[in-house]
Amino acid sequence: MQLIECPNCGKREEIEFHYGGQAHIAYPEDPAATTDHEWSDYLFFRDNPKGPFAERWYHGGGCRRWFNAVRDTTSYRFLAVYQPGERMPALPGTRVTR
Amino acid sequence: MTARRLPTGGSIDRGAPLAFRWAGTDLTGYQGDTLASALLGAGIDTIGSSVRLGRPRGITSAGTEESTALVQIEKPFPEPMLPATTVELAEGLAARGITGQGRLADRDDPARYDARHAHADLLVVGAGPAGLTAALAAARTGERVILADDDIRVGGSLLDYGETVEGVPGEQWAAGVLAELASLPNVRVLVRTTVFGIYDDGFVLAVEHRSDHLGAAARPGRSRERIWRIRTTTTVIATGGYERPIAFANNDLPGVMLASAAHTYLHRYAVLAGESVVLFTTNSTAYGAARALVAAGARLTIVDTRPEIPAGLDSGCRNLGIEVVTGHHVVTALGTDRVHGVTIAPRRAGGPHVAGASATIDCDLLLVSGGWNPVLHLFSQARGTLAFDERLQAFVAASEVRGFELAGLAAAESAGYDPADPFAFALHPVEGVWSIPLPADGDAGGSDTRFVDVQRDVTVSEILRATGAGLRSMEHVKRYTTLGTALDQGKTSGLLGSGVVAQELGISVAELGTTTFRPPFSPVGFAALAGADRGELYDPIRVTAIHPWHLAHGAEFENVGQWKRPWYYPLPGESLDEAVLRESIAARTMVACMDGSTLGKIDVRGADAAAFLDLLYTNLMSSLKVGSIRYGVMCGPDGMVKDDGTVIRLAEERFLVTTTTGNAAAILDWMEEWLQTEWPDLRVFAASVTEQWVTIPVVGPLSRAVVQQLAPGVDASAAAFPFMATRDAVIAGVDGRIDRISFSGELAFELNVPAWYGQAVWEAVIAAGEQHGITPYGTETMHVLRAEKGYPIIGQDTDGTLSPHDLGLGWAVSKKKPDFIGKRSFARAENTRPDRRHFVGLLPVDPEESIPEGAQIIASREVTIPMPMLGHVTSGYRSAALGSHFALALISAGRDRMGERLFAWSEGRVIAVTVTDSVLLDKEGTRRDG
Repeated sequence: MQLIECPNCGKREEIEFHYGGQAHIAYPEDPAATTDHEWSDYLFFRDNPKGPFAERWYHGGGCRRWFNAVRDTTSYRFLAVYQPGERMPALPGTRVTR
Repeated sequence: MTARRLPTGGSIDRGAPLAFRWAGTDLTGYQGDTLASALLGAGIDTIGSSVRLGRPRGITSAGTEESTALVQIEKPFPEPMLPATTVELAEGLAARGITGQGRLADRDDPARYDARHAHADLLVVGAGPAGLTAALAAARTGERVILADDDIRVGGSLLDYGETVEGVPGEQWAAGVLAELASLPNVRVLVRTTVFGIYDDGFVLAVEHRSDHLGAAARPGRSRERIWRIRTTTTVIATGGYERPIAFANNDLPGVMLASAAHTYLHRYAVLAGESVVLFTTNSTAYGAARALVAAGARLTIVDTRPEIPAGLDSGCRNLGIEVVTGHHVVTALGTDRVHGVTIAPRRAGGPHVAGASATIDCDLLLVSGGWNPVLHLFSQARGTLAFDERLQAFVAASEVRGFELAGLAAAESAGYDPADPFAFALHPVEGVWSIPLPADGDAGGSDTRFVDVQRDVTVSEILRATGAGLRSMEHVKRYTTLGTALDQGKTSGLLGSGVVAQELGISVAELGTTTFRPPFSPVGFAALAGADRGELYDPIRVTAIHPWHLAHGAEFENVGQWKRPWYYPLPGESLDEAVLRESIAARTMVACMDGSTLGKIDVRGADAAAFLDLLYTNLMSSLKVGSIRYGVMCGPDGMVKDDGTVIRLAEERFLVTTTTGNAAAILDWMEEWLQTEWPDLRVFAASVTEQWVTIPVVGPLSRAVVQQLAPGVDASAAAFPFMATRDAVIAGVDGRIDRISFSGELAFELNVPAWYGQAVWEAVIAAGEQHGITPYGTETMHVLRAEKGYPIIGQDTDGTLSPHDLGLGWAVSKKKPDFIGKRSFARAENTRPDRRHFVGLLPVDPEESIPEGAQIIASREVTIPMPMLGHVTSGYRSAALGSHFALALISAGRDRMGERLFAWSEGRVIAVTVTDSVLLDKEGTRRDG
């Protein structure tokens, strides 16, 4: 069972966490102003990269706080964890896709 | 003559004889025996028969790699398919050999199983010389060390072959190391413990066998098996090697054994497995076994595939009078029930083919050594890669894995082995000999008896059939033939299979590769994995503060998530249907009460609480007056209904939000997600108060009288206490709150008191209502009452694909608010289709006919499959108030079908129904004020 480093609690077992999908996808400023295409993009479409991926995680079995993490989707290794609202840390070979 | 126990020697305790029963016969072994060694000691070497071909099966190894000696344990508790070589002998054990398949127990296992967590800097798997050395070195530095071994004591191969370490006998050396380890507080030594799974980040699972060997002496309550959940920084894999067999004709006969196993039985258990022995080998490691057996009195001939053997070995054998036939194969083991001889033939140089005439040698034991495979299962589980070593003719570790170290030759040397001593540690090159050609004279009969996987009865010919069918990968051959899929998971047969395939395809084993190892290393009982988490401890059970009253009054319970909720309260002899009719009539005509405490309750407060609820709910919540209540609907961003409930404004900046019972935790998480990730600037706090409050709806036309009596300080009149209002109140002497909420359409008051006083207030409600015939009701009646009013249950009548409009809840969707979660999606094309499913009611043409939940809605009575499915029934009940069965359903364009005749199909039954509004009773809402 993998250990995930919660930025508030430290390393904890993965069963304490929930996956929250891709990070850095903001709720549109004015949803009414979005086109159907833009809105469906927000609702349904997410990146699926091979390699580093910025994700949201929720430590539901611990501090009950959300945080962001960069995880390598090929090795499952967590490369960085950071607070919501913070910018994705610069890591070699990673890019923010949105 | 077959196997026998020698009068002296071995590390068994001859002062502690153990009586056991084998296939109905009483036998005796000794403390320190395995079932296999005790059977061999009693002269029994035929155990059972094979699963597919019914051929006799003996004992081929002395450890976990055993592929033939499978036994059914009868006492102390039935357990199927255990290798006799891993069953520690205990007083009173009863077992028999398996012919075909084993048998599970026909009763509950009374034993306890548990689990423990442990943390270590270093986990050493295997307590042989390498593992002991590694553990001791780390322990002396103060690191937290766990040493685990599946044997009954530490020592590993030192227990088996009588080798010396640092000039002292191996067992004595191991005992010395153990004594030092045991004296250190930072070390935990686990014997009878099999490490069976390697997972991420140093997480390791092991199973400890704790009580079987103690028999009746085990302390009552001691767990039988324990799962160790170990988290370690580094793991040293010091698991040694398995000797492997060779595929020649009749190689499955009882009396055919791995050379190292005969050595172990002799040295450790003082059992001479045969008097007249042939050793068939491809390498030098088996010569130690040969020397030991001869010293114990056996006559022995060595058949070595190599044209020449190293000089040291040759002279050593001559001195002992051992005849060595070089450059030969054993072609066939002779015998039907057990081996009585072999035919041998010279091999053609440089290849597997047999050349020249055969000779015959009589024997009662045929030992085989095809070389050794390092036990790399755990390393492979850790995603270490393997590579084929030509010198060893075996797969060895080919990559570094973070957190793993392997014990190998260097570790062995540092543990005191002298590689120069050819008998003690022979690392001469191994010949890659896998299968021997079938004898030309047909000694083996018609069919191929060259078994590669003896447990699955897979022969060389069957593997060749797989390669003949075009399979080129071992993973495919494995699945085509079942090679390596039995209980032993191919511990001895896996590489042999690779060798046979490579030989057939004319490629190297290195090129072919091997199959992947996966957990568990060896079988683990489900009981051990379940541990204490079974029966009542399988899942938490949540009960309300009033639960003891429900129990005392004969309630039947329904599981709602982890909650136990009263389902109905049957009178003596009453059925569910009868009880529900009685309870619902009471609620509609007199007064009734229920335990609604499981309802999710969330306290939402803060300066921006109102603004937050405006974003969360489809309705406008900020306009709610303090002391008022509003029904609310919550959607996801996709516009689909997520939950519903009421919002009670307790103060300007404080709300109490209720959720459906099953969604209580999810909705709190939902709030936190938006507050933390999207709107962190909102000053809002949300906390669950579900368990802090007991909620008692008092329902029915006479409910006002009951509530007025219970809470005389509150004016319960319709004028003073209107529908959807809340009042602080002293209820039966307890400070609480009364809400005018109705989930039945009747006049109703929901009493809320701190859970501590819940049962007392409930009893006060029952007492105050007695004169009015108050009737407690359960969830089934609650469902009937709400369904008659067309109130949907989120999760029963909905499935995450329905908008508020689909449910007929468009009135609860604000048109004033600029935005809320889900609003934008209502305008999506998909959500405005006229054929969307609508929530409607159904009445059967025959009022006595029930409409089952899940029934499919179709347009014609004639059923011709396939046919269009217009929708399905989500709730179906019998209504006393309507005098009819009725249902709620989701039907395509249902609101445009009012009065239409449709049909509900359920398991072959076709029910004619009429589509109605979802609100079937009191559409005008005249009853809610009494």
